[in-house]
Amino acid sequence: MEITARSLWTLIHGMGFGALYLLACSGAIVAIYRRYSTNGQGLIELDSEFPLGIYLAVMAALAWLTVLSGTYIVYPWYRAVAPAGVANLAEFPRSLLLSNPATQQWHSIGMEWKEHVAWLVPIAITTDAVVVIRYARDLKYHPQLRIALQGFILVSLFAAGIAGFFGAMLDKNAPVEGGQTIHLVQGAKQ
Amino acid sequence: MSAQGTILRQDTAALPNGSGAAAILAAGIGSFAVAVLTIAADKFVLVKNLFVIYKPTGPLSGVTTGAIVLWLAAWAILEWRWRKETIPLKPVNVAAFLLLGLSLLLTFPPVGELL
Repeated sequence: MEITARSLWTLIHGMGFGALYLLACSGAIVAIYRRYSTNGQGLIELDSEFPLGIYLAVMAALAWLTVLSGTYIVYPWYRAVAPAGVANLAEFPRSLLLSNPATQQWHSIGMEWKEHVAWLVPIAITTDAVVVIRYARDLKYHPQLRIALQGFILVSLFAAGIAGFFGAMLDKNAPVEGGQTIHLVQGAKQ
Repeated sequence: MSAQGTILRQDTAALPNGSGAAAILAAGIGSFAVAVLTIAADKFVLVKNLFVIYKPTGPLSGVTTGAIVLWLAAWAILEWRWRKETIPLKPVNVAAFLLLGLSLLLTFPPVGELL
């Protein structure tokens, strides 16, 4: 069982940072909703915002790691131009997709949207983390701020979902391959 | 506050909403900047070439770096102006979500190409 270095980085980017972010979104939505929707008495436990602030800060870190690893590690391998005369485009995913009319749109719509829309995610979730940490218990008294926080998480979930969906489909149609081969498990001798 | 100091009864906001409003509107501006710079790099060769600040990534490096710089600059300016103010948040939220919505729409290539 083996994997190439480029495949491993693609996994870390998508299935590691990106998928963890998507999973964390539902937790953040529920946490903010439950925290502020039921108690109208102004009774708030001290330090109760601290774990939520940390949770959102970790989500922001995941979002930044996802876009930075995608843009500066995986994307250069994806967009590398195939030298003239190369027949096997397996190591040049962008060229491979564009070489076939049936797969061209995965690049021209899928990758073109994904590479830009993904950057809305760290902007939105960093804003949420900073506002929750800064306002802490005071958020109870700012309903419009809470609406914005929920909205930003939903927008970030939508944008991350678009990026994740196209990332998975692009990897299915033209995986980023190449680089050093890493042997995970040595096969049994036949 | 209870004897254990674990419960606080608080009736009014201690912090004005200006800092939050600044963060929210700045996020809308930063997101919109991603879309505007993407379209600019797509339409104008000069802009596209200017945005290549890391060659392996191409213009995407400049588009996203430029948008992040604009977002942080907008945040810093708004924070400086509003941090001690109480701002009507509803119009700020509407503006921010309008900008976010436009960003989602304009980064979609078939829509961006119409401009």
